[in-house]
Amino acid sequence: MLNIIWLALLASGIIIAAINGQVEVATEAALGAARGAVKICFDLIGVMALWLGIMRIGEKAGLVEALARAMRPVMGRLFPSVPADHPAMGAIILNLSANVLGLGNAATPFGMKAMQELQKLNHNSEEASEAMCTFLALNTSCITLIPATIIGVRVSFNSTNPTEIVGATIFATTCSMLLAITVDYLFRTQSRWGRNRRVD
Amino acid sequence: MLTKVLTLVSKWAIPFLLLVIPLYGQLKKVPVYEAFVEGAEEGFTTAVKIIPFLVGMLVAISVFRASGALDYLSRLLGPALAAIGTPSEVLPLALMRPLSGSGVLGLATELMRVYGPDSFIGRLASTMQGSTDTTFFVLTVYFGSVGITRYRYSIITGLCADISGLLASIYICNLLFR
Repeated sequence: MLNIIWLALLASGIIIAAINGQVEVATEAALGAARGAVKICFDLIGVMALWLGIMRIGEKAGLVEALARAMRPVMGRLFPSVPADHPAMGAIILNLSANVLGLGNAATPFGMKAMQELQKLNHNSEEASEAMCTFLALNTSCITLIPATIIGVRVSFNSTNPTEIVGATIFATTCSMLLAITVDYLFRTQSRWGRNRRVD
Repeated sequence: MLTKVLTLVSKWAIPFLLLVIPLYGQLKKVPVYEAFVEGAEEGFTTAVKIIPFLVGMLVAISVFRASGALDYLSRLLGPALAAIGTPSEVLPLALMRPLSGSGVLGLATELMRVYGPDSFIGRLASTMQGSTDTTFFVLTVYFGSVGITRYRYSIITGLCADISGLLASIYICNLLFR
């Protein structure tokens, strides 16, 4: 699936650039993006270190576990394959909370921590586990209460009411989140992708 | 009023966490600095691990974006979306939404510069920008950080969420701002 999408993006891009008579655009884009990707990762190192460090303090103080315990009724239903007191739960909750508050740079480290914990339950397979799919479904569609970036852009263009879109954004993300949870649930329980999964 | 509250929350959220978690740790007799360094160590390896995944994905997306393929898609899908109240100016942004976060932000900024943040286009672009996260980026980075290459159904779930977020944005903006 991913192989086909990746190839389609790359190949159609190059072919269309060639048809438009500007194939050199593809060269520039490819090399630029390759450099840009490494820059993104390097920028991530510091932020990751900061939040993973803070999170370790929270873990040792029992804060992450307490968070997981408090959210157990909801989380247990969304992630039936993850034990309720597993550290993954705490990391998932932190990630989603950071997303809700629009703290993108804190959300990513928490999310990766969650993935690492889920990967332990997945026996380090190269295939995504069901819990991972659910987590990423929630993550990509997560309700945003404070779309901080776009409010900033609106302020910079002297909007008379920069936050008037907040209500609309909450409505839209709520729709996408509900749909993501539903689609994920259906895949997990109904499709062959869900059922064929080996049980071990 | 709302602007003030929200800016206050965004301004305080990070300092608050940086203050409260270490303080609570100290209260629970955790050696806070040692614990911090121990956790921070993982930051480097995780970030470096993502590089090959992110290079692969961003190169493909970037070539696709730069080639003008989006314009063809826009022309193809334009009539259908116009029928449900989407100005054609916003279409490239909608198509870009699952692919590239910086791309979407760039397009949204450009639309607001040209049409103004308080125009219908400006408001719709703002709402779409915040309506869902960049599916391909999130999947690449998160799965990449643990070396997973088979994503199973999660791409479809993510794209369904994107589409519903975009359609919901169009619906609510037509309702509120038309």
